[in-house]
Amino acid sequence: MKTDNTGSMPGDRRAPMLRRPFFWIIALVIVAFAIVPAVGNNVELRESLLLATVYITLASNLNLMLGYAGYINFGSIVFFGLGGYISVYLISAEGWPLAAAEFAAGAAVSLLALFFGLGILRLRGAFFALATIGINEGVEAFVSNFEPWGGSAGLYLSTTIFAPLGGPMRALWIIYFLLVAVMGASLYLSYAVKTSKFGLGLMAIGQNEDAAGVLGVPAPLYKAIAYSLSAFLPALAGGLYFFKGAFIQPPDAFDLSLSTEAMVIVMLGGRGTITGAAIGAYLYEELRGFLLTSQSFSNFQLVISGVLLLVIVLFVPGGLMGWIYGRWPRVKQVLE
Amino acid sequence: MTALLEIDGLNKSFGGLRAVSDLSFVVREREILGLIGPNGAGKTTVFNLINGVFAPDRGRVRFHGVDITGHPPYHIARHGLARTHQIVQPLAELSVLDNCTVGACFGRENLSLARAGAAAREAAVFTGLEDRLSTPASQLTIAGKKRLELARALAARPRLLLLDEVLAGLNPTEIERMVKVIRSIREQGIAILIIEHLMQAIMGLSDRIVVLNSGQKLAEGAPTEIANNTAVIEAYLGDPALATTLHGGAQP
Repeated sequence: MKTDNTGSMPGDRRAPMLRRPFFWIIALVIVAFAIVPAVGNNVELRESLLLATVYITLASNLNLMLGYAGYINFGSIVFFGLGGYISVYLISAEGWPLAAAEFAAGAAVSLLALFFGLGILRLRGAFFALATIGINEGVEAFVSNFEPWGGSAGLYLSTTIFAPLGGPMRALWIIYFLLVAVMGASLYLSYAVKTSKFGLGLMAIGQNEDAAGVLGVPAPLYKAIAYSLSAFLPALAGGLYFFKGAFIQPPDAFDLSLSTEAMVIVMLGGRGTITGAAIGAYLYEELRGFLLTSQSFSNFQLVISGVLLLVIVLFVPGGLMGWIYGRWPRVKQVLE
Repeated sequence: MTALLEIDGLNKSFGGLRAVSDLSFVVREREILGLIGPNGAGKTTVFNLINGVFAPDRGRVRFHGVDITGHPPYHIARHGLARTHQIVQPLAELSVLDNCTVGACFGRENLSLARAGAAAREAAVFTGLEDRLSTPASQLTIAGKKRLELARALAARPRLLLLDEVLAGLNPTEIERMVKVIRSIREQGIAILIIEHLMQAIMGLSDRIVVLNSGQKLAEGAPTEIANNTAVIEAYLGDPALATTLHGGAQP
């Protein structure tokens, strides 16, 4: 048998990280998010981009399950909400510093996801999707009745908590930069997983789980790891988001419509693509901001996202990136 | 030659249907063993019991000295047992090369991604898919998908290959090419257990043949013995008188 190792294949995974253009594209996006609002102290732009970082974080991590492994997780928001609750609680009641509370929240939520994952990932298709909704609703019901976390009234942080960060004005910038970092980590995580053996295994599962098993992919373990991994950064984002608001309440923390929006974003951008999840999130956030300014119809973005999802699933199943790859296949060599 | 795969008293029922009953046979190192039988004889079920898709109700499967009975398919693949599917199961949106890389990554040698890429390419070239490396698997022809099944299994560098009707649905030229590929796989030292309906092909390829009927072993032996076995001819044609006529006619 002869082998031919010459010539670069699309999606060549052997090039070192630092020599891949996509690595630098992600770096550029992170730098742009950090610098553009900071120049000229543009608070309005910062608030809009802050929501974009949250959407990108949620969508990128959802993509690990939905885009790579092909598992529809309707309850991805539970990671965000629980992360928020744990860190707000640790800061307010236990007096932990922000960084420690954040990492404790991330670790706890990931561990919990691993535990849930090993249980519900035996299910497939619609049954798995239903179970993820069940987890979100179950956790919300639990938190609503959990007195240490304020029950249905939620938890408040006093305004003095911003003092260690140099007062509220400075704290808001710090939180924003941290969210940008979480977003960047999400993009790099998606990229690292996609270009790894683990990612290839997940994508094999996403295509045909039985065939993947016959080829040797340890599907139960891989799915549970992916589920747990996809919980960590959303939990950090939740912690920062609710710390910024200084207030957390069950309906906001476990808002299923945010889960649905994250799914629309992944489908809009293109399932399984990192660029797609990021652009989809940004476009969706802009669209949402535009629609929210019309006061005549509250939450009108949800109507639009429903229609959008329908149109995408019916006519452009590959989403934005699928369409771009179809028209310009060479793009695939640069963007993931 | 020593036994590579030992099947001992295998039983499997689906509801009231006994798909496989008290089946025992061995596949030796470097051997091509043909598994034949009428439709519904339980051949594919035997494959599914061997590679862990189903757990048997009773009986043991030993591979390379290890008892693998009831292990999940992904464990068994790691031991060096690869298979192809009768109904092709491509990882549709992944490229041909990526399909093979999955086989190489998670097969017997548990290769790193970089080394799996080379093994995958080798297997794809070997099965004649070198022009299709970046094509999504879904866009291959049926013959191409059959080749991909084989390439993916080979990329795992197995000790034993289970081939489930890789020739079905191919035209005569494609069959000829595939038979050549199967022969050269064996020359690499890989044992093969093959299910096939094309009698001419399987009689020519196999060292030995096991005949299955209604889940039971009907006969076992060299291809020439099987071709002249009255019970086997009866099972295929169903009429003892006709069988006798054909049997007489087959021996000039």
